[in-house]
Amino acid sequence: METGIRLALTLGQIGAVMVAVLLTVAVLTLLERKVLGWMQDRMGPMEVGPYGILQPVADGLKLFFKEDIIPAGANKFMFSMAPILSLVPALIGFAVIPFGPDWTVEVSGVDFKPFVITDINVGVLYILAFASIGAYGIILGGWSSNSKYSLLGGLRSAAQLISYELNVGLSIVGVLLLSSSLSLVTITNAQAGGFWNWYFFAWGSFPQAIAFMVFMISSVAETNRTPFDLPEAESELVAGFFTEYSGMRFAFFFLAEYGNMILVSCVATVLFFGGWHAPLEILQGPEWMHGITGIFWFALKVASFLFLFFWVRATLPRLRYDQLMRFGWKVLLPIALGNIVVTSIFAYLFP
Amino acid sequence: METFVFFYFATIIVVTAGLVVALKSPIYSALALLVMFFHVAGLFVTLHAEFLAIIQILVYAGAILVLYLFVVMLLNLKREEHFHSQFIVGLFLGCVLFAEAVLLVLKGETTLGQNIAASAAPIELTRGNTESIGELLYSTYLFPFEVASLILLVAMVGAVILTKKGILEVKS
Repeated sequence: METGIRLALTLGQIGAVMVAVLLTVAVLTLLERKVLGWMQDRMGPMEVGPYGILQPVADGLKLFFKEDIIPAGANKFMFSMAPILSLVPALIGFAVIPFGPDWTVEVSGVDFKPFVITDINVGVLYILAFASIGAYGIILGGWSSNSKYSLLGGLRSAAQLISYELNVGLSIVGVLLLSSSLSLVTITNAQAGGFWNWYFFAWGSFPQAIAFMVFMISSVAETNRTPFDLPEAESELVAGFFTEYSGMRFAFFFLAEYGNMILVSCVATVLFFGGWHAPLEILQGPEWMHGITGIFWFALKVASFLFLFFWVRATLPRLRYDQLMRFGWKVLLPIALGNIVVTSIFAYLFP
Repeated sequence: METFVFFYFATIIVVTAGLVVALKSPIYSALALLVMFFHVAGLFVTLHAEFLAIIQILVYAGAILVLYLFVVMLLNLKREEHFHSQFIVGLFLGCVLFAEAVLLVLKGETTLGQNIAASAAPIELTRGNTESIGELLYSTYLFPFEVASLILLVAMVGAVILTKKGILEVKS
């Protein structure tokens, strides 16, 4: 009985989070084109529905009814596995993100946390681990397509993911030192009280602003977004690792990319910008309202990071491959290591 | 329930470990290895060692195996027939090792068995297992830890020297 209730609650929570994430992806596909349009002095999509707001529906239907082609000479098993292998890690990370206050509600004898699916004590590492698993989808997709463009895209992506994953991991270490915890819930709770307690500012200790920059740049590289979208560089590789994909399999890669963007924004919000906490205590409202205001502030912060992704895409040209590698290993890595050293000194002097 | 979960993980680990050696395509071998890493991580979770489980995925599946796949694809190895001609020798050695393991388990009075029994006594965890592992690594096992990092450093320097030809000539 108790197991049944727990299972039902958790499944309901997972369903709610999945629906929220997939709806956000749908909205993002439209918003990206709109924002890019505005930045380039265009209107963006305008045909489907008023101001083009039904464009995601039309896109979804198109992808759903497209013919599913498996190229001749492709490895069928791997070709079908690759999109799944890339989508699952993108969605699984949301399991440890706290979207709201750390409440515990008792539902007929079962303790239940409404705003986080599961609070494991190695949450940060869990997200890093599954982010690195996402590389398999891209590599295998590129390899199994039996196309030189796909293979080159897959290879580039593997090298890029391995290089920048390291920087993401190292840039987080500063926050872990200050909060002395790996649980995202504990890290969020440690940043309560006002914006000066967020680890981006970290009043009374070493601010993690530099670490945040490294984290954000590396995340853009890890999600294969411009200016680091070498795995799918249109002018060189047609479409990179998913050149041969069409229909729903293509949609899976697409969902994975946008899902990863949202996940990275959520992680940045939780680690550096206080998660669901408002910038000032007074903006949070009374205790009973924290559920609503918490989700509001969380969504606002995540949305601004997503806007940053679009903004960067509209602003910066793509890097060359050797520039990408040199930047990752010779610029970002030393900065991240230096940040760890300085933060540990500060954490030792002002505990 | 617990035994069922253990035997599920153990069976999959043994089967996939066998497949890693038996499969002819290097890519399929690597994928079998990936499945195995996940199930080893699952075993760690059943032992309440979440930190080790996640590190298992992060390091082995996320970094080492990706690098391995990268090399396999770069060299475009299709089939490695060369290593499959030693099947009979491998089978013989495998049987001998398996028989030894079975004998050890059946007798159960060896020093190996005693060591396992001694270390299996549960250590009191006052804090999370991440903190406990960190504390042990930097106090009791500091020396092996430093030796391991030194070996890794040597391997790194070695890799740089092997790939960057001419790095020594320029200096001298």
